[in-house]
Amino acid sequence: MPSTTTVIVGAGHCGLAISHCLAARSIDHVVLERAEVANSWRTQRWDSLRLLTPNWMTRLPGYGYRGDDPDGYLSAREVAAMLEDYADTSAAPVLTSTTVTSVRAAGGGYLVRTDQGIWRAPTVVLASGAATVPAVPALARLVPAEITSVTPAGYRNPGDLPPGGVLVVGASASGVQLADELHRSGRAVTLAVGEHVRMPRTYRGRDILWWLDASGVLDQRYDEVDDLVRARNVPSMQLVGSPGRTVDLNALSSAGVRLAGRLAGIQDGVAQFSGSLPNVCMLADLKLGRLLNTVDAWAGAAGERFAPTVVRSTPLGLDLRSGEISTIVWATGYRPDLSWLDVPVLDRKGRVVHDGGVTACPGLYLIGMPFLRRRKSSLIDGAADDAAELTTHLAGYLDALAGRRERSAS
Amino acid sequence: MTTTESPVDNGVNVEALLGVRDALADTPDIAKFQWRSTVSWVNGTHSRSDVETFYGFGDEQQHHTTFSYDIDHPLQFAAQDKGVTPVEVVLVALGGCLTAGVAAVAQQRSIQLRSVRATLSAEMDLHGILGADPDIRNGFSGITVSYQIDADATAEEIRALVAQSQKRSAVYDIITNPTNVTVKVN
Repeated sequence: MPSTTTVIVGAGHCGLAISHCLAARSIDHVVLERAEVANSWRTQRWDSLRLLTPNWMTRLPGYGYRGDDPDGYLSAREVAAMLEDYADTSAAPVLTSTTVTSVRAAGGGYLVRTDQGIWRAPTVVLASGAATVPAVPALARLVPAEITSVTPAGYRNPGDLPPGGVLVVGASASGVQLADELHRSGRAVTLAVGEHVRMPRTYRGRDILWWLDASGVLDQRYDEVDDLVRARNVPSMQLVGSPGRTVDLNALSSAGVRLAGRLAGIQDGVAQFSGSLPNVCMLADLKLGRLLNTVDAWAGAAGERFAPTVVRSTPLGLDLRSGEISTIVWATGYRPDLSWLDVPVLDRKGRVVHDGGVTACPGLYLIGMPFLRRRKSSLIDGAADDAAELTTHLAGYLDALAGRRERSAS
Repeated sequence: MTTTESPVDNGVNVEALLGVRDALADTPDIAKFQWRSTVSWVNGTHSRSDVETFYGFGDEQQHHTTFSYDIDHPLQFAAQDKGVTPVEVVLVALGGCLTAGVAAVAQQRSIQLRSVRATLSAEMDLHGILGADPDIRNGFSGITVSYQIDADATAEEIRALVAQSQKRSAVYDIITNPTNVTVKVN
């Protein structure tokens, strides 16, 4: 049975970042990847998708963007190529086409079973991603059979969908981008909007992410926020990776996208929308105002303010059997797939309980979750600091283990 | 001598509420509540509803007294006007829920309230309940709640209070989202 010091599960940007940090400390490790490096960037992204963060922000341990378009946004294919290049230059010990089937505690360490054999290691880092499986709400089963359902993971371009109107459920980054793209392709689009994070692409003449990065907003730590449960569940920002283009609800509705409240139920084939749209828009407008105030307090002087979100009369019901809607896009988020994790660190909802990525099981770590250690943990740019700190913790744990062995040997 | 800032007191025990939230993480079952009322027909459109018990925190619970509500319709409906109409009770419930939320959120955000007043109005077309026009729904076509709040806070903070109260309001949720209703005859 092969053994190593650390098994990393997943060769995405987080797994590779941890690998780079472990290598810098000469900690022996292996990265197990079910397919190939950056698999989800190759297989689960629609054609037009680009990163929400500008190229200069695409930073990983020992890596920074060196191209000639620092203010542009990488396409999914470019992200995959970048991660492949990163894995090569870091000489990351990645075993591709190796699917982990279980991780169990054994003999003071862990047994990692894969379809290519079993690994033994005192430490394991779970880096298989926060967005592995589309999270489609249970009410989707009530959708009439004649309607096509797709998720952002399976969608590629408007030409894939049958002719007819589209209901996009969810108004975070994926939902607003797909509503925008489908509307531009000439379709009638209704967008069901729950709680969301309104964001302008540019503020005071710069990319909004430049301000969030420079002012320290993205560096806010998990042990500094008032309500971590809330912070870890904040939806993704309404942004698209396109210079100067804002895709907030005002932009969409003035272009002709019809807004509705959160999809709250489906009764006898009729989609029922919540009457809470005015309030979720008010919450998002106020939250954006507070964020811009924070930026202004850091930058000095006051920047522009954005017009309140306009909510006209919105539909409370939409008959899915009338033929008006042919497709529903479930842009309702993703969840991790940790069905292979056989270690008692899950809460009653199946989520890993952790303190900034450190679990209660010694030697078992988690990376790549929203607000894992910082607000930027959900961004590629967040991996570097998280990986460095978790590696420090992991190295300390290995030292303690070695010390214990020495003491018991003497 | 030091002067201490007088603490914000809106009469809401936020610590107790947050303590409940923490306790729920360990024992989610104590969060399962059941609310109840009974109703008895009196005469005509007049009925009386009583509220006395509920279930929660893992046990049977009781109000300190039985609360009774007379429900009727006004004289203009050829009724006796022995109480408010059921749809007005809905407005009472919404206003009470949102205002409790405003007080609780203000307490948590250390905002001292001096006065909170809201006017609620709901539009309804009688063609619906009279069965005179199948295109018109029985219930409200819309509800408007208008708050006047005097507090130690900026206008923006007050708007955020009211928005957060809606976000955490049970009655607001009940009204804005569909709910399964099962009516049995025993």
